[in-house]
Amino acid sequence: MIIELGHFSLILALGLSLGLTMVPAWGVQTGNITLMQCGDSIAKGLFFFLLLAFLSLCYAFVVDDFSVNYVASNSNSALPPQYKISAVWGAHEGSFLLWTLVLGGWTLAVTLCSRDLSVDMRARVLSILGFLAFGFTLFSLLTSNPFERSLPVFPVEGNDLNPLLQDFGLIVHPPMLYIGYVGFAVPFALAIATLWSGRLDMAWARWSRPWTNVAWAFLTVGITLGSWWAYYELGWGGWWFWDAVENASFMPWLVGTALIHSLASTEKRAVFKTWTVLLAISAFSLSLLGGFLVRSGVLTSVHAFAQDPQRGMYILVFLIVVVGGSLALYAVRAQGIKSNTTYSWSSREAMILVNNLLLVVATAVVLLGTLYPLAYEAISGGKKLSVGPPYFNAVFVPVMVVLFIFMAISQRSRWKDTKIDLLLKRQAWYVIGSMGLTTVLMLSLATFKSYVLLTTTIAFWILANLLENIFQRVNRKRWNWNYLLTQPLSYYGMLLGHLGMVVMMIGISCTVYYSVERDLRMAPGDEIELAGYQFKFVETRKINGPNFTSDQAEIIVTRDGKEVLSLFPEKRFYSARGSIMTEADIDPGLFRDLYVALGEPLAQSAWGVRIQIKPFVRWIWIGGLLSALGGMVAIGDKRYRKSRRNDFANFLKI
Amino acid sequence: MKVGFMKPHRRRKLYFLVFLLLSSGGAIALTLMALAENINLFYSPAEIVSGVAPVNKRIRAGGMVLDGSIFRSESDLEVRFIVTDLQGSEFTIFFEGILPDLFREGQGIVARGTLNEKGDFLAEEVLAKHDENYMPPEVLDVINQSHGD
Repeated sequence: MIIELGHFSLILALGLSLGLTMVPAWGVQTGNITLMQCGDSIAKGLFFFLLLAFLSLCYAFVVDDFSVNYVASNSNSALPPQYKISAVWGAHEGSFLLWTLVLGGWTLAVTLCSRDLSVDMRARVLSILGFLAFGFTLFSLLTSNPFERSLPVFPVEGNDLNPLLQDFGLIVHPPMLYIGYVGFAVPFALAIATLWSGRLDMAWARWSRPWTNVAWAFLTVGITLGSWWAYYELGWGGWWFWDAVENASFMPWLVGTALIHSLASTEKRAVFKTWTVLLAISAFSLSLLGGFLVRSGVLTSVHAFAQDPQRGMYILVFLIVVVGGSLALYAVRAQGIKSNTTYSWSSREAMILVNNLLLVVATAVVLLGTLYPLAYEAISGGKKLSVGPPYFNAVFVPVMVVLFIFMAISQRSRWKDTKIDLLLKRQAWYVIGSMGLTTVLMLSLATFKSYVLLTTTIAFWILANLLENIFQRVNRKRWNWNYLLTQPLSYYGMLLGHLGMVVMMIGISCTVYYSVERDLRMAPGDEIELAGYQFKFVETRKINGPNFTSDQAEIIVTRDGKEVLSLFPEKRFYSARGSIMTEADIDPGLFRDLYVALGEPLAQSAWGVRIQIKPFVRWIWIGGLLSALGGMVAIGDKRYRKSRRNDFANFLKI
Repeated sequence: MKVGFMKPHRRRKLYFLVFLLLSSGGAIALTLMALAENINLFYSPAEIVSGVAPVNKRIRAGGMVLDGSIFRSESDLEVRFIVTDLQGSEFTIFFEGILPDLFREGQGIVARGTLNEKGDFLAEEVLAKHDENYMPPEVLDVINQSHGD
């Protein structure tokens, strides 16, 4: 019964989303304020029914209703309760329902947090979001209905959730990622609404900034969690694979980062107006493209959503409609918009332009590598190839290095014009100092690596500029430290965002160049020394979990004769699916992780064992989280609310 | 050099454009070179056996792991197994390291590595997918094609 309620709610949501598309838009076309204002209540209803549909599916999982196909193939009565909930988004149908629900949530947020936006603009934004919700809901109902039942004969036991997904990381990773992905729909809708209204002014940029920041921050958290999950769950000890689906989430992130910077210049200086609109369209289009790549099964990927050409076709058509429509509107409306603002090539505007160019180039590089196999297959008539990680490393990394050099230089830049003296003052000393510090650290703690010298020097150089930025603010007020408390939150958001990137950069270069990795055969009693640690393989024993049995090994780690700890990696067997899973055991640390995973059982009770020592690997995720925090802090800035009220006042005056 | 017929701001624009063209052209060329060096073409067992697949070049190959063909070393992580298209074309893959969890007899796998003159495939990486119902598209093609013949 509950399932039918959920199904019916989803159908109602489809009707409401169609209403949300039509009614406010009709109001705008006819100048009918009442119709425009209808959008708010329709959006609330839409969210309500999407939520109801989602909760019904959750209910079906909690009560083990295996008459529902989706539940039967992704749950099991022995599955621990928290995973029964996360199993809701453990496969295609449910995760797409979550995706649609998230869009409903963002639409609701727009109605709640946009009282200051003019009535007609809000109507336009809601109408566009309504259209997207319509597309998603229709897709759900037509091709991936999670509420389908197999009656009257249904399985007594479910097929269980993919063991890889039975994990805390997978409870939180998809919702975060989707909030981020789908969040770019709001700046997108704003950009389209602005083009539609023809009022391409600075107000839209100011309005877009907090929304873009939140979406970006969630996407950052989502990607970071995904990387962390892959590290400890996939049993390879890698944290980024340049997998097609990772790339799918990474491209909107890159463009979103460009958008955040470009929005700042559009708001503050009225430059790059049309460019910023184009970025907003691109960020969301790449989110949709990501959805297409993940769910159509056109690419070989570690993320195995079932392959279904029909779904792929639907998303492709939707993608073409949305992207094509947006670009057509852009082509018509963005013409003739010029900014009269001037800026010099050493100004902050120019720096942001460089940032945008480099990020767009980086996105293009990733896009090329991701889509090339598809294009090749289409042209060559079915021959398959893959683009290896070396391509991405060889092309993407240099672009990032240049980007980070500009990150260091640009901290001091000012709007309109920066004197070259000011820009370059002391920078040589900072570089020399950073290089010296890096060399000393490297020689005292590890070995000399020229790539680490390059990247870590740049990281310290950026750090020097960030610190200088703080000190100069205080200095200007005669070292009154309380002055820092009066700084706007967006300033701290900016510092945190960049600091996170510095931390991540140090983490990445140390992990890549100083990791010690060894795959070997170990029998009980065997010992091996790696990077100053002794790993002793003691034994394996059988243990039982709720829905699995496991071979658990004990490995004692000692250093200089003193016992550090014991690690207990497992090889699990999940009986419902008959699948085998590696459960690595990790001793996490701020400066190094000890990582041990089991391979296969070999003859004479020996096992394949993977041992890794990964210095600074946590810094990668700490950096990501710091950056995300920066994005969140920045939206607390009072300025957004205040100035929005001013816009409204201006609007009323007109 | 004097470009007298141009106004200073035009000239600056020209330099900028030339710079932009050169740098983007260079970047595109380098990117395509990197791409060309790092694409790994996929070859089916039949193509490996018939000698279509290039020797000593990094490629990908795959098929089904033949039942009873997995042999492990007694002393280290070396393993060899036979990959088949179920239609008579088969070749041996040598690998040293830890195989993925879903690697087993009868499973579709894709390996990346090089083919030597003897027709043996030396794998650097062996991939089996994370879902036991999921067949790598390459392998699916191999099976389907050979059934069609």
